[in-house]
Amino acid sequence: MTVRVDGASATIAARRDAGSGALVGYLPVGFPDLATSIDAAVALVENGVDILELGLPYSDPVMDGIVIQQATQTALAAGFRVRDVFSAVEGIRSRVDAPVLVMTYWNPVLQYGVDRFADDLRSAGGSGLITPDITPDSAADWIATSDRTGLDRVFLAAPSSTDARLADTVAASRGFVYAVSTMGITGTRQDVDAAARGLVGRLKAAGAENACVGIGISTADHVREVLEYADGAIVGTAIVKSLADGGVTALARFAAELSDGLH
Amino acid sequence: MTNLRDNVGPFFGQYGGRFMPESLIAAIDELAAAYEETKTDPAFQAELAELHRSYTGRPSIITEVPRFAKHAGGARIILKREDLNHTGSHKINNVLGQALLTRKIGKTRVIAETGAGQHGVATATAAALFGMECTIFMGEVDTQRQALNVARMRLLGAEVVSVTTGSRTLKDAINEAYREWVTSVETTNYIFGTAAGPHPFPAMVRDFQKIIGEEARQQVLDLTGRLPDAVAACVGGGSNAIGIFHAFLDDPSVRLYGYEAAGDGIDTDRHAASIERGRPGILHGARSYLLQDDDGQTIESHSISAGLDYPGVGPEHAWLNDIGRATYLPATDTEAMEALRLLSRTEGIIPAIESAHALAGALKLGKELGPDSIILVNLSGRGDKDVATAGAWFDLFDEGARQE
Ligand SMILES: Cc1ncc(COP(=O)(O)O)c(C=O)c1O
Repeated sequence: MTVRVDGASATIAARRDAGSGALVGYLPVGFPDLATSIDAAVALVENGVDILELGLPYSDPVMDGIVIQQATQTALAAGFRVRDVFSAVEGIRSRVDAPVLVMTYWNPVLQYGVDRFADDLRSAGGSGLITPDITPDSAADWIATSDRTGLDRVFLAAPSSTDARLADTVAASRGFVYAVSTMGITGTRQDVDAAARGLVGRLKAAGAENACVGIGISTADHVREVLEYADGAIVGTAIVKSLADGGVTALARFAAELSDGLH
Repeated sequence: MTNLRDNVGPFFGQYGGRFMPESLIAAIDELAAAYEETKTDPAFQAELAELHRSYTGRPSIITEVPRFAKHAGGARIILKREDLNHTGSHKINNVLGQALLTRKIGKTRVIAETGAGQHGVATATAAALFGMECTIFMGEVDTQRQALNVARMRLLGAEVVSVTTGSRTLKDAINEAYREWVTSVETTNYIFGTAAGPHPFPAMVRDFQKIIGEEARQQVLDLTGRLPDAVAACVGGGSNAIGIFHAFLDDPSVRLYGYEAAGDGIDTDRHAASIERGRPGILHGARSYLLQDDDGQTIESHSISAGLDYPGVGPEHAWLNDIGRATYLPATDTEAMEALRLLSRTEGIIPAIESAHALAGALKLGKELGPDSIILVNLSGRGDKDVATAGAWFDLFDEGARQE
């Protein structure tokens, strides 16, 4: 028997009811080392991040820009193993109460075994997966496994997605739909693309309960702007950069800045 | 019995598929739909055929190489001369098809990955011919060992981006090309260089390359009065191999042999033999054999030949292996370089190092199949680009004159 772990939607609903939205923070596991990455994730939650997105370092991260690539390569070079993600989730969950989703490219899950990965994640207290390089029409095994385990499955939607595909993505996702703000990869940007607002509107029209916007969101102003129309704002590269440049102290300060006034 | 030739994807047995970020699905679907239309579009087919004839120089000839064959147990060895194509390899066959497709879908810029630089050169060439912008992604390691091709691409007007992440070879060039494609997909088409990647690329690239085998099958019949006993090709991602195999898939008497790069040897950790030493996984959008560790992290491949230095392989080959229709064997750096020198000295033909892996395989195969056998080898490219590598390998440069 495993304890029931709440998915991301309860947290998002609570934030929405409070008249705001969820702040989602991304960090790769094992950067700069496993213990520090756990401390950093805890510090994010203690400084106002509502939902954690833990990146699983992978050799071929095609959706990531240079900052996240360098962080995950550092983790791999330092000996990161896939099983470390479960101890990280467990370590984080024993210290703070926030949903933890694992962002992972698909091959590491496939090689670990989709069922085994899901069971171990659930036992560790994880809420589900964000899967950037597969789409619902190529994910029958994961859909079956997440139905069995009740884990969240967050698929991505892009400005280029057709209405029919958005409808399929909304139907297949649980927790939230990850709305890719712009046609591009992870990285900081001056402005959040206007495409994000349009995409969230289309997702809502397709019946999405929760749509969180990610990619390019790097300042408190961006977060506030996005939360005007979306259920959550996902910050990745800027958080990783703060950790890389100034350690957990700098990251905590940056998270507090991002969440200032949200709660 | 259905014909093996009829498989149009997206799956080849349990292999293939389209495992890609949502951001690229619209572009891939658009390409797949446009490609489907061209199959029955006589104007498209006629234009491609004319380019083959008056630009590439097709049909490429076959050449029997008896002096080389003396070292292969006396078997008859016949080369399919893709090295004589404009730009020096089979890669142009695929690129011209995809460049026409790019124009058809109204895009004005092309990007491509390249390992040896042959696909990059072919793409830069087509971009020049069609008046398109062109950016080529190439691993930093490869820009160094194939420096001549970097200069060729720039001469043709292409921008060459040296990729410094990961293992800095072909797989990382593909990663970087995907990243660029996501960002520029509205104006840009990705011309993929081998029969791997997400559907429709494995089937489409094969279809653009199958002309190699279709021509060669008839040419061998005309020359010898019968089909060959074996067909041999090197396998990187697998485009020249599937290109020459395809016409023979439903000829049960013809054995098909693919030679993977064994680098320092398949029992070392420096090789690129994905079928021999890998296991099924997903990389670059398709399920296939893959060099990976226990965690599913891609393992860096190693080969003296940049064009074979890839940890994956096209899904149709994975399938042909599993059903036993084709056999995949390793050829080491040393075996390939010896075969390269042997063909140069016995026949006056300097092959690409990639193609030399197939020649090394044919030398062994001839001894097995015996003196009356006929072996057709795909000479996928010429060795001009490899002279610096060969010069260093065989110590051919004069003291002080040695160049990068
Ligand atoms: C001459 C030549 N042969 C073979 C290859 C390997 O590619 P493929 O396996 O797709 O034919 C290359 C790739 O660069 C090449 O340049």
